[in-house]
Amino acid sequence: MGKFTTVVSIAIMIAFLAGTAIADIGRIKRVKGTASVERGGETLSATPGMVLEKQDVLVTGPDSRVSVTFIDNSRFSAGPDSRIVLETFDFDTTTHEGAFVSRVERGTLGIVSGQIAKQTPDAMRIHTPTSILGVRGTKFLVEVGQ
Amino acid sequence: MSGFRQLACGLAVALLLSACGGRDKVFLLPHDDGTPSGAVALLGSTGETHHVIDRQYTEVLVSGKTVHKSDAVDPSDIQKNYGALLDHLPAPPKDYVLYFREGTVTVMPRSEPELTALLADVANRLGADVQVTGHTDTLGSAANNDRLSLKRANEIRRLLIEQGLDPKVVSAAGRGERELLVQTPDRTRHAENRRVVVTVR
Repeated sequence: MGKFTTVVSIAIMIAFLAGTAIADIGRIKRVKGTASVERGGETLSATPGMVLEKQDVLVTGPDSRVSVTFIDNSRFSAGPDSRIVLETFDFDTTTHEGAFVSRVERGTLGIVSGQIAKQTPDAMRIHTPTSILGVRGTKFLVEVGQ
Repeated sequence: MSGFRQLACGLAVALLLSACGGRDKVFLLPHDDGTPSGAVALLGSTGETHHVIDRQYTEVLVSGKTVHKSDAVDPSDIQKNYGALLDHLPAPPKDYVLYFREGTVTVMPRSEPELTALLADVANRLGADVQVTGHTDTLGSAANNDRLSLKRANEIRRLLIEQGLDPKVVSAAGRGERELLVQTPDRTRHAENRRVVVTVR
């Protein structure tokens, strides 16, 4: 019984550690106007310093902006009336290998790529409603058509 | 007649939609320091490259795997239409390199101003976070150097927390011998390569 409890506690601890290690993919740095983060059906108000997780959705209102720096040093600036899904983010801080996939459903996004794209070209991808963009170490802008 | 007009309007609307809808604009820009940017590739569903966008200050209209238009634009037009968005990018992450007395967490006197500057940088950035990355020279095995560099980074992380940083914003990583400051052959002792880089972002 004691052994079982120990095994369970260790399993929970590992799950918790792994969970916290994976959870933090970046932080909100700047907000102008109204910007929010949708997470698991909840809508949270975006504030500087807020920790982002994989599958969060960045949403901005009219005349609003939100910007993020990710843990691989890549940076986003989302313009007004935008909706950006942070679909996949896997990053090995030792090897810099990983995958970073975001979906710009509407609006405008300024992007500066980071270590994931530097280590592996096209490992960072931006999806629009019709296209897939592979990032090869760069700074660029995407505006989704109406 | 009215039936024909309706049909004509319907056609015009359909043409307009297909002409205007679903086309995304992509603009490649130079890096902040003015150096040319890399490229953006238009990919297919299995990751195959259909088109490479590698010209700066060019408005590229894309939908699906197709490039519809690629026209040079004036940098001042980008500034006018997207300047506010680009100015809202977070400040670039900044690296501070620290050197320590061998086998200690005592910062070398020459690294003290760097430590002061990095702490000030953290205080000045909104929502700052800090990553401590350890690097080794090429002496010893790669696996050992991964462990050693992470151990070193964790020691420096603790030092920064002692200096007042919030543990929640400081992370540690070890890059081993993957990112040498000075290129050397394998199994080479080199003080400049045994360093810790603190990235403030």
